[in-house]
Amino acid sequence: MQSYNLKHIKELEAESLFVIREVVAQFEKPVLLFSGGKDSIVMLHIAYKAFYPAGLPFPLLHIDTGHNFPETLQYRDELVARLKARLVVGSVQESINNGRVAEEIGINASRNVLQTVTLLDAMEEHGFDAAMGGGRRDEEKARAKERFFSHRDEFGQWDPKNQRPELWNLFNGKKYQGEHFRVFPLSNWTEMDVWQYILLENIPMPSLYFSHYRECVNRKGVLLARSEFIKLQKDEKWEKMKIRFRTIGDMSCTGAALSDASSIEEIIEEVAAARQTERGTRADDKRSETAMEDRKREGYF
Amino acid sequence: MNKFSSNGYLDMELLRFTTAGSVDDGKSTLIGRLLYDSKSIFEDQYEAIRLTSERRGEEYVNLALLTDGLKAEREQGITIDVAYRYFATPKRKFIIADTPGHIQYTRNMVTGASTANLAIILVDARKGVIEQTRRHAFIASLLGIPHMVMCINKMDLVDYDEAVFEQIKKQFQTFASKLNVKDIQFIPISALNGDNVVDKSVNMNWYGGPTLMYLLETIHIGSDLNLVDCRFPVQLVIRPHNNDFHDYRAYAGRIAGGIFKPGDKVMVLPSGFTTHIKSIEGPDGPVKEAFAPMSVSIRLEDELDISRGDMISRENNKPEVSQDIDVMVCWMNAKKLQLNGKYSIKHTTRDARCVIKKIHYKINVNTLHRIQDDKEIGINDIGRISIRTTQPLFFDKYQLNRNTGSVIFIDEATHETLGAGMII
Repeated sequence: MQSYNLKHIKELEAESLFVIREVVAQFEKPVLLFSGGKDSIVMLHIAYKAFYPAGLPFPLLHIDTGHNFPETLQYRDELVARLKARLVVGSVQESINNGRVAEEIGINASRNVLQTVTLLDAMEEHGFDAAMGGGRRDEEKARAKERFFSHRDEFGQWDPKNQRPELWNLFNGKKYQGEHFRVFPLSNWTEMDVWQYILLENIPMPSLYFSHYRECVNRKGVLLARSEFIKLQKDEKWEKMKIRFRTIGDMSCTGAALSDASSIEEIIEEVAAARQTERGTRADDKRSETAMEDRKREGYF
Repeated sequence: MNKFSSNGYLDMELLRFTTAGSVDDGKSTLIGRLLYDSKSIFEDQYEAIRLTSERRGEEYVNLALLTDGLKAEREQGITIDVAYRYFATPKRKFIIADTPGHIQYTRNMVTGASTANLAIILVDARKGVIEQTRRHAFIASLLGIPHMVMCINKMDLVDYDEAVFEQIKKQFQTFASKLNVKDIQFIPISALNGDNVVDKSVNMNWYGGPTLMYLLETIHIGSDLNLVDCRFPVQLVIRPHNNDFHDYRAYAGRIAGGIFKPGDKVMVLPSGFTTHIKSIEGPDGPVKEAFAPMSVSIRLEDELDISRGDMISRENNKPEVSQDIDVMVCWMNAKKLQLNGKYSIKHTTRDARCVIKKIHYKINVNTLHRIQDDKEIGINDIGRISIRTTQPLFFDKYQLNRNTGSVIFIDEATHETLGAGMII
């Protein structure tokens, strides 16, 4: 007998499809935030399905910190060409040049926080009224409280104590001119779901996710890859290690993990056995207990 | 192939459940145990909350800190908002909507319950069925949660006494006869010691039923969605402007009820025109049938004027069509519901406006009594109202279909979501 029961990955996909279509139906000028990380890759994959055989009805927005892994940029450009998508780039370097933000100083200087200003400026410049992000509720405790449709005021701020209740599949995207929404179609996915879906759908991934040899420095337990952005401190040295990245952000704050996983199957095995959250390797979350919430309030991803 | 990359993981069902309980009934301990025993708490998470608990001088590792993610919640030691937690066992994948028991309880419980298949309600074995138990059970039944699991907790503090368990069960069953719940189960547990949570208790041999985890893993959820009455609210129209798909036109949406197949004769509302389904596109290409809750796009044989908010259903099984609708409303905003007030509403994919024509009564959520002399519906109140909408809605009673029977009320000035309505 035919079973009328959707398996969980397909149910999550159906939910994300619905949310992405709802964004296009409710907003005038949506955009999809594309970082080149696995979550935004999966979100884009689902978005493409949502409108097929029509093309993507919105552009992709990449906030380029200038500290990206070269592999990320290459992957981004190939994917954009393959999907015939439109790409808008917001440049943190430009924000610095224009005096909108000042470069951080100190040994752990990063452009992570600066991205928020560039993001909000890009949204304003292009008149985007909804930005879809790959954030998931299982990633971080402040994100566990996030809505699918998350309202931002005219300053792009998030007010976590005063969020609109969100019931059933009825998403309230009403807003005033100048305000915008962040939308998280993958809210209910876990890291494991994302990898399982990548395997199921056979989605090509950036090489950074697979095990490779790279020179890294061990800074208080975070393995940072060698680049012009990382300056060695006293008693630190570059060491060749077999690593992969569990999340991909800036070269200045994304830590690598020692790993032999060289295929999606092996990554899944590793994720299943992992005893650390994926963001455990992110230096940007380690700044304080509420680092994520503080940044999100200001308008971070 | 290892066990995770084989089809096992991909074959799992998704169970969404909500947990309700009052402040000290051990809800956080229970969730912590489910997460911990299913290895869903990571070392760095555990280490972070262990340090915070220690810094605060707490005797145990406070598992509530896992779900209280916001700064204000951690500072005040309270849960402000619904938190979503995820875990999986080799049998099922779970989403927990953890709702705070005290502050804004109705608003939060209603939110968490709106998408749940199952509600866990905790009862302190020493206290038995109290006001809050009845309130939680009523809200779960009002929101149409098909399965309710009453966990009689802290059995260790009543010497694992069967008589206590049976007494509470009887007490609750009397009350539950007034509720509309298909399936109620009772489990005696000790969340702290783990009795009957994941492993069978050695302290309660008199209990022959399943453990909580076994129940969560096996309870039949296949019949929770309405697969009889065909409902497809049109979300948007897909019209590719390219040469390969010249005259292509498909209606995208999520199936809200029933099963659709190519060749089916369907009727489109509000126009009332009938046609046949030409094909159905799923996320991976054409499908032979599509059922709730799939997101698909449907192509029809005839070119009709169809847009967002329209409904595709059957000629001989249509939803109700009306502008005058009775609703059980749960109010979620400090600004009171105004008689004769006008509000924006969202129902399926349809936007409309409405006016509040009548407030019939308010419900005492603890006793289920109808309050006729005080008809002020404020924050966290539940009451029955009549509304008139600017255009007809295509709906079913909420108890028949949660997707086509639910509506939200939105402030026309601030755009805030003010209330949740269940059509009766």
